[in-house]
Amino acid sequence: MKGSGKGGRTELTDSAWQYAPAPQEREIVTIAPSYGLFVNGEFAPAADERTFATINPASEEPLAEVALAGEADVDRAVRAARTAFDKVWGPMPGAQRAKYIYRIARIIAERAREFAVLESLDNGKPIKESRDVDVPLASAHFFYYAGWADKLEYAGFGLGARPRPIGVAGQVIPWNFPLLMAAWKLAPALAAGNTCVLKPAETTPLTALLLAEVCQQAGLPEGVVNIVTGAGDTGAAVVAHPGVDKVAFTGSTEVGKQILRSAAGTGKKLTMELGGKAANVVFEDAPLEAAVEGIVNGIFFNQGHVCCAGSRLLVQESVADILLDRLRRRLGTLRLGDPLDKNTDIGAINSREQLDKIRDLSAAGEAEGAQRWSPPCQLPERGYWFPPTVFTGVSPAHQIAREEIFGPVLSVLTFRTPEEAVAKANNTPYGLSAGVWTEKGSRILWLTQRLRAGVVWANTYNRFDPASPFGGYRESGFGREGGRHGLEAYLDA
Amino acid sequence: MPEQSSSARGGAADGAGGGRLAVRKTYKLFIGGAFPRSESGRVYPVLGNGGTLLGNAAKASRKDARDAVTIARSAVGKWSGATAYNRGQVLYRVAEMLEGRAEQFTAEVASAEDVGDQEASSRVAAAIDRWVWYAGWPDKVAQIAGAANSVAGPYFNFSIPEPTGVVAVIAPPESSLLGLVSVLAPVIATGNAAVVVASEARPLPAVTLAEVLATSDVPAGVVNVLTGSTAELAPVLAGHMDVNAIDITGVGPAGRAELERLAAASVKRVFAADDDWAAPPVPRRMLAFLETKTVWHPVGM
Repeated sequence: MKGSGKGGRTELTDSAWQYAPAPQEREIVTIAPSYGLFVNGEFAPAADERTFATINPASEEPLAEVALAGEADVDRAVRAARTAFDKVWGPMPGAQRAKYIYRIARIIAERAREFAVLESLDNGKPIKESRDVDVPLASAHFFYYAGWADKLEYAGFGLGARPRPIGVAGQVIPWNFPLLMAAWKLAPALAAGNTCVLKPAETTPLTALLLAEVCQQAGLPEGVVNIVTGAGDTGAAVVAHPGVDKVAFTGSTEVGKQILRSAAGTGKKLTMELGGKAANVVFEDAPLEAAVEGIVNGIFFNQGHVCCAGSRLLVQESVADILLDRLRRRLGTLRLGDPLDKNTDIGAINSREQLDKIRDLSAAGEAEGAQRWSPPCQLPERGYWFPPTVFTGVSPAHQIAREEIFGPVLSVLTFRTPEEAVAKANNTPYGLSAGVWTEKGSRILWLTQRLRAGVVWANTYNRFDPASPFGGYRESGFGREGGRHGLEAYLDA
Repeated sequence: MPEQSSSARGGAADGAGGGRLAVRKTYKLFIGGAFPRSESGRVYPVLGNGGTLLGNAAKASRKDARDAVTIARSAVGKWSGATAYNRGQVLYRVAEMLEGRAEQFTAEVASAEDVGDQEASSRVAAAIDRWVWYAGWPDKVAQIAGAANSVAGPYFNFSIPEPTGVVAVIAPPESSLLGLVSVLAPVIATGNAAVVVASEARPLPAVTLAEVLATSDVPAGVVNVLTGSTAELAPVLAGHMDVNAIDITGVGPAGRAELERLAAASVKRVFAADDDWAAPPVPRRMLAFLETKTVWHPVGM
């Protein structure tokens, strides 16, 4: 592994060629020293003027001060959303709503590089991911749902009746795909005619606030989208507010359960996109080179901060050694370091807290007897970093095989028969996603029928599209985001 | 009332006039295709109009409920793995059996719901017709709930509905057969296995429905029927970690919040909809207990 970070050195391995730094220009985006809450179309400080700092996890330098919304601010946002729903957005013809949402999609695309740089600065993810995945998908998501706004009667839930929006949606999103998750939440809600109060994650508020600016540029009526920044208390206030008709949450299963309890008896409509511990199942007849790429993409994409990450590799015993050899060789070529370097494959861990969690669980893996391996890797001196890590000799009972690590840590288990693969893959309370690698089509379909997961990637992994429903079975949550199914969550059908 | 209305308990022949003495029925639970008594040994009296004793129903315990969940879980694989055509045929067979027992159901519904024979007969007919309606759904639901998704890349991408697994159903308290059928049939039509808590006050038609299910081709364990105290059984099912979903329609709005809180422990799907059972059904009770699975595969040479 080669360090390309500011604190790292670029080393020669088996090649005379080395990468020169290829930094993305940071100046393309202007970061204000401080940001207010976006309520009723305007930025304003919190009522009690409290703020918090958001930092660059690759350098630990503060990026901006951001308003910390309290209950009074959340209440103001919900009221603004209610007024906008009753007076403007609810009664507006779908075709007109569509045009606003199309505008948002287009402006995101226009300002894509600003978004990408800002996302990489605030989140720590490599610029090639924010630039090529997060931001284009966010724009595409608005574009896809814009087209639904005037076609809701064909979405299939109302059986001929005119489907109606639910009202005010309270939406709480995580830090792993800050802009993309905002798009996943806002786009279908707006298309269906709801208004929104969005709470971005504490460590990654900046792209949501830039999105607020996009809403202003698009001329979106005031109060239709409101963005309240803050931590867990702010999210809890959004979810618990009696003026919120619909709660959409993406985050940990633990917090999801708290929200479910707090919403009990309120009649609020809910969708939950929670944790995962996905199995990525590789059979002996799999295209191994492609499978190695899929495994790498499955667990090291976005530093493993992915709820559908392929964090459990289940490999058929007969090819385990050869596959792991190739995987280790491939990991040696990954470049960890400066997220704004266009060559970087692995960026920074999003926060100190998350880094501690990854370290603790990895230590538990060693303590329980699994073998830990990382490629030779020099971590930058400042910032939060964790090397790509592979655990072999993992048993299904080990903590690292059961708990979501949410980091670049792969647990490898083996199996002999397809039945054993299914049993091990399903041996988890989660059920968000799974991967299958085999050249045999009938086996793919056989496994697909038996894997208890909401998304199954066969001979690929971590693909996303606005037209493709995404969401979990079991404790990974309920409801779908994306596609026609994603509309249902925001319609009173 | 004509004598039929009391035939659930043996009818007028129970009199002392020297006629034949009726053979009464023992009402038991229905778990795993068998009819056990409650492991607790408890029963409770089921009363008809004016306090007449219609029978003693088994009073299921918490352990009976947990046993039923275990049995239901073991039945999910076979039932959800059956072809949709087969499930449709099995359900249609149930409707045939219901039709054959229409008179018995009419008598039981008349006693349980305290209505005349004509009204009872029309409620039974509606229940049978509703069962037929759901019998037609298994091989069609994927075509209304699934999708082929046009993604921006060289991938074949489709979404299919799948049963969520074990579904607990708290049956409506008032409508002893039509209400029961309306909440049970949509759950099992799509391949789920059910643990049903029958109407506490009107459980006897549910036990007779269980006898119908036992003598049709529904595999053992796909439907399990508990009679007893809803307040005792519903929390066990709502909090059970191996129940995937729960329909709490039969609990009534006041009791739902606590069950929703318990259901959070395993992120259960919770459904309640106070339908008018006489109104034509819509697919949403089926859709509530389905998961959507989306599958991606690359397209290439």
